[in-house]
Amino acid sequence: MIDFTLWDILGHLLRALRWTLALSIIAFVGGGLVGALLTWWRTSQIKALQLLVRGYVELFQGTPLLMQLFLIFFGLSALGINLSAWTAATIALTLFTSAFVCDIWRGSIEAIPAGQWQAARVLGMSRLQTLRHVVLGQAVRIAIAPTVGFSVQVIKGTALASVIGFTELTRTATMLNNAAFMPFTIFGLLALCYFCLCYPLSRYARYLEKRLDVHGSR
Amino acid sequence: MSMVRVDALYKSFGANQVLKGIDLRIQEGEVVSIIGRSGSGKSTLLRCLNQLELHDSGSIEINGKRLDGEAMSARQLSEHVGMIFQSFNLFPHRRVGENVMLAPMVVRGESREAVEPRARALLESVGLGEKFDAWPGQLSGGQQQRVAIARALAMAPKVLLCDEITSALDPELVGEVLRVLEKLAVDGMTLVLVTHEMRFAREVGSRVVFMHQGKIHEQGDAKRVLDDPQTPELKQFLASTR
Repeated sequence: MIDFTLWDILGHLLRALRWTLALSIIAFVGGGLVGALLTWWRTSQIKALQLLVRGYVELFQGTPLLMQLFLIFFGLSALGINLSAWTAATIALTLFTSAFVCDIWRGSIEAIPAGQWQAARVLGMSRLQTLRHVVLGQAVRIAIAPTVGFSVQVIKGTALASVIGFTELTRTATMLNNAAFMPFTIFGLLALCYFCLCYPLSRYARYLEKRLDVHGSR
Repeated sequence: MSMVRVDALYKSFGANQVLKGIDLRIQEGEVVSIIGRSGSGKSTLLRCLNQLELHDSGSIEINGKRLDGEAMSARQLSEHVGMIFQSFNLFPHRRVGENVMLAPMVVRGESREAVEPRARALLESVGLGEKFDAWPGQLSGGQQQRVAIARALAMAPKVLLCDEITSALDPELVGEVLRVLEKLAVDGMTLVLVTHEMRFAREVGSRVVFMHQGKIHEQGDAKRVLDDPQTPELKQFLASTR
């Protein structure tokens, strides 16, 4: 057993924190981009695209994130495609995020009353023009609070990447504990790290929810 | 040439036949009030005129242009027909002025500089010149409906369709909206209204069309039809609205 001071532990954890942060940000940005494309397809007039995206969303919402990670990391390697833990984690979290934000954004668009579409239509706007100039501006106000809220799930989801050997926050804590065996201190600090990342985001989501009055009056 | 020409129009929703052969001619500058019980097909007829509902068979011509199922784009149609809704449907996240300017800018690609004076003049003409920078949510129902009229007029349509546009208003706010319509009628706009305002239909309307069970049951000069109904169905309907 090696002796660690509290500061040693905290130092190691904080250095590992950047990987958790990096993974979260990439997953969130990547997932947002893929999710935007999926939302576009999901709300299109083309039945086949709608069904495809629906199936995709159901698949990722209806299975554990851990299983998705395993499939991408171990499953693909069995097929001869070897991904690093970092790549596999990035892909899995991006897909997972895209499915959830697609659902949030689709719901936000569908929450806009049909009267708005009709009013734009009789003024001569096309579907795309209506979406851009009338619907999205309102849908964003509805979507922003749940989207920020969901980012908390992404951050916590990155912890699962430790299982396939990616050295982020949780895996660093496990390794520290193997060397120092101070589980209460180490995992306590680990929890604190996640809390410090997530709590401000939750609070921010709640603030946005209040500020961006969903019913559109200001 | 008629401004609106409807021939043998049929429309069903599933097994429910709502329009059963409508023939209608509306001349330029006419003010036509369509009355009838709910379910008589009057709103559906109006919504067919601007393709919010696609008719099953028959034909519709507006200003000489034939609307065929899905042939005419929303953009082309908007040059001929404007519409005001019962629930206003203003864009709540845009200021009043932007509501009026949006379609000319987006659909016709006009510049803000070109549209703004016109939008201000239109708002002025409906008595809301000072509300250009207000949010729709800050206005009363009557004011919102007047903005909706200005917004529709910004596309300079030949025909304006009004779908029960005073039904969602408090009684004391109905007058201000009807006065705007009356001014439009005097200026020669072709108006087609689905309405419960019999007094307005009589005083401003040139013609009343009574719909009953998906057909035009009786129609004619507004005063004549309302004061001296010929069919028992219209007599009964008018009695029930008093």
